[in-house]
Amino acid sequence: MSLLTSLARLRALDEGIAQPIATVRHFHLSQRPMVFIPLKLSGEAAAPLAAMLGSDRERPHLFVVTQPRNRDLRFAWTAEVAGVLLPYIESFTNDTETVERRNADPYERALDAPQIIVPNQAGVAFTRLLGRSTRFRSTEGPYPVPESVPLLGRWLTYFAERAAYPGSSLMPAATEELGRHWASGQSGLEDANLAALLGWITTGPSDEAEDPLIWPPAGPATDPGFDAEVLAPAIESESAERITEALRTQLEPTWRLMWQAIDLLAALPEGASVAQRWEQDRGSFSGMAVHISEGAPPQARRDGAVAAAAKLARMERAQAAYDVQRAYDDPLVMAEYRLTGEAFAGEVVETVPDNTEGEGRSRKLRPLVVIKTDDPVLLPPGTSLGTPQRRGQGAELVEAGQGLVTLKITKGMGRGKTPAPGAVPEIGERVCYTSLTDDFQGSPALPEAEATPWTHGGPPQEYVPDDEDAQEEWS
Amino acid sequence: MSGLKREGDHVHRLEALRGITPQQPHDARAIAALAANPGCTRRALMDGAGIDKDAAARHLGFPAPFGQSPFAITRGNMFEALVKADGCAELLRMLRELLGLPVAEVSYHDVENVGAHLRHAHTRALIDRAAREGQDAGTLYDHPLLSLDIAGHTAYLEPDVVAFQLGGRFHIVEIKSFAVIDGQADPSAVAAAARQAAVYVLALRNLLEELGHDPLKVSHDVVLVCPENFANRPVATLVDVRKQLAVLRRQLTRMTTLDRLLEELPDDLSFDLRPDEDGRPTRPVAELADALRRTTARYAPDCLSACDLCFFCRDEARQEGASDLLGRQVRDELGGVASVAEALGLADGTRDPAEGQEEIARLLRNAERLRRECLN
Ligand code: SF4
Repeated sequence: MSLLTSLARLRALDEGIAQPIATVRHFHLSQRPMVFIPLKLSGEAAAPLAAMLGSDRERPHLFVVTQPRNRDLRFAWTAEVAGVLLPYIESFTNDTETVERRNADPYERALDAPQIIVPNQAGVAFTRLLGRSTRFRSTEGPYPVPESVPLLGRWLTYFAERAAYPGSSLMPAATEELGRHWASGQSGLEDANLAALLGWITTGPSDEAEDPLIWPPAGPATDPGFDAEVLAPAIESESAERITEALRTQLEPTWRLMWQAIDLLAALPEGASVAQRWEQDRGSFSGMAVHISEGAPPQARRDGAVAAAAKLARMERAQAAYDVQRAYDDPLVMAEYRLTGEAFAGEVVETVPDNTEGEGRSRKLRPLVVIKTDDPVLLPPGTSLGTPQRRGQGAELVEAGQGLVTLKITKGMGRGKTPAPGAVPEIGERVCYTSLTDDFQGSPALPEAEATPWTHGGPPQEYVPDDEDAQEEWS
Repeated sequence: MSGLKREGDHVHRLEALRGITPQQPHDARAIAALAANPGCTRRALMDGAGIDKDAAARHLGFPAPFGQSPFAITRGNMFEALVKADGCAELLRMLRELLGLPVAEVSYHDVENVGAHLRHAHTRALIDRAAREGQDAGTLYDHPLLSLDIAGHTAYLEPDVVAFQLGGRFHIVEIKSFAVIDGQADPSAVAAAARQAAVYVLALRNLLEELGHDPLKVSHDVVLVCPENFANRPVATLVDVRKQLAVLRRQLTRMTTLDRLLEELPDDLSFDLRPDEDGRPTRPVAELADALRRTTARYAPDCLSACDLCFFCRDEARQEGASDLLGRQVRDELGGVASVAEALGLADGTRDPAEGQEEIARLLRNAERLRRECLN
């Protein structure tokens, strides 16, 4: 958290209402999102209890495991969930565009991709476990399951893994996304409560949000009081209807909150780089769809050493890119860097648009710009700079002091003797420059998977699920 | 009251604080939680006096938000029964693998057989003999009863654990029902189990020391037994609890040096709940709340998962407009500016920075300027 966000939290606490910490939406919000609220049986790692899901807010599907300890009913439940999620996911695979690549064959990328929204991080974690517990199941042999069960398991695993990828919007958690755009007047810990966080954003805090009788927890854990007083007797009674209705009362309030969260986030204009990140999501999704259709085995239980290192490096780069893109897209995020001296903004007070460097043929246009700023500039001369106002340009800091910064534009000026109209900021224009640039070193030289050093476990074995996987107890 | 040491004034003072409220026995979970907020005087005093904080919070109208689902309890009991079935057969199998047990024969000793009142003495005698003889055969002690001194009171610990001796070294075994999936478990659950196991390690070490043996005969590696993947099959892992031990020791030392805290208290201060015959508190709520407020709390959002008084203290922090409410991170970011109004005053420029606050005031003013600029 930055001081800027801390200040927003203080203000929120003082005014009794959450404060914005973003001016644009930093994730892609689908036109047709799938809301997925799973509940699990307390005390178990991944025993599903119920789920409310759907992409139509008026018509949620409710699936319940009416005897949570019965393993056949669990698989039947998983098949029911698959009956909604798989057609939704597959509906995005048909419409594609052809993407040309340098040094590689062109590939087909989905024009749009599924988006499964869960209430919170714990919902993502449960999705991952649900995927883990179903993707190795076999459709034949001693404990056969419907074909859709292992298939759903692979997709759930994919979505949950993708949720950990910085900037991905395939499986957002509502509390995370809300918390990225608003600062409440409570702690981050309390922000994990969807009802409480939405309360702060809409009407102000209320104790009701923490009363499980008014706002049941958004899952996957249920309220212990509900377990003891309602669910346990209902299970005891063996009445499927009673159990279903009991769980409906726990899910319906969260269902409404989820759509309220979606409406709030939809009202924010989308950040400029969001489409680019969503394009990566679409590409990733298409890759997974091809993978599955080609009959590749389910994801391994664990990544091999090289795959894990490569993934980590990819995630770090994605995080860095995501941070920079958000700053470029959103002045309020950029303000954090202005506060720490890594960016500055102000008014152009002087320009030398036709300044040149070099002689003869190597003579280059290097316009000079002087900016008056109130920001503390801590960057040394020679620092490379970028600017959200002209993303194709690069500049270099010449000198800074006494509220004035001189810089010269070094990249993106073209070959002309004079700058193109609009290429150099005008006097009086407000501009912002920063040392953050979306220009990252390439992938670290990692050995190919087959060349994993023996110190890291030797070449990874292609994962082949065995019978033991398929018959693994799920009790 | 058994185990109460009648030495030192502060014991009397703590008794006075408790009044006629029966002393709340500490279990390992409660002792482990002592370390959760070591800086809090209110908690140190209430725990030292042995007040039931859950009952106090309920009476104050701020019941703690902790509850355990009957499903989780059933599951935990089932798993423990499974691990311990047939004289801990399953447990022995795992220990053999994990610790490379050389012996085929391992003896099993259920201390519970001797009856509750004798268990502690019996445990002592057994452990003493084992440590003295340095017998190499592995022995399992099921249901041992250990003790630990908490601020002058003896807390008895009834672990679902087994102390295991092998080659002259004791290991604490902790059975938990959260799952280890593909070699990974919920880190917060593991951390809680480690804190709890550290309490047993410390108790057993103290016992050995009292008996004149080397306390380091108790390993700092505890054996954590959990179900593996989605089945009920148990798997054992060694967990190093040195860090948890250090924190625990520090906190217990602090509890035994409550004297200074006690000296600063007004004479008439009492946490007595004044329970009636049925154990229902009769103390006027406002009076009890007032008594609590006369001791210094140190609320942090972490209290919400660690201390029964959390809603009471949070409410107090709200009324005081304390920046603690927002979490330690915000508090650190503010460089020690403790009140919301003060921080906002510095940001708005309506308040002049006190000495030492110049830097944070400059940052806050700058942050405020930037927020205004961006949101207009
Ligand atoms: S809840 Fe209150 S008494 Fe308990 S540790 Fe926190 S501040 Fe101290």
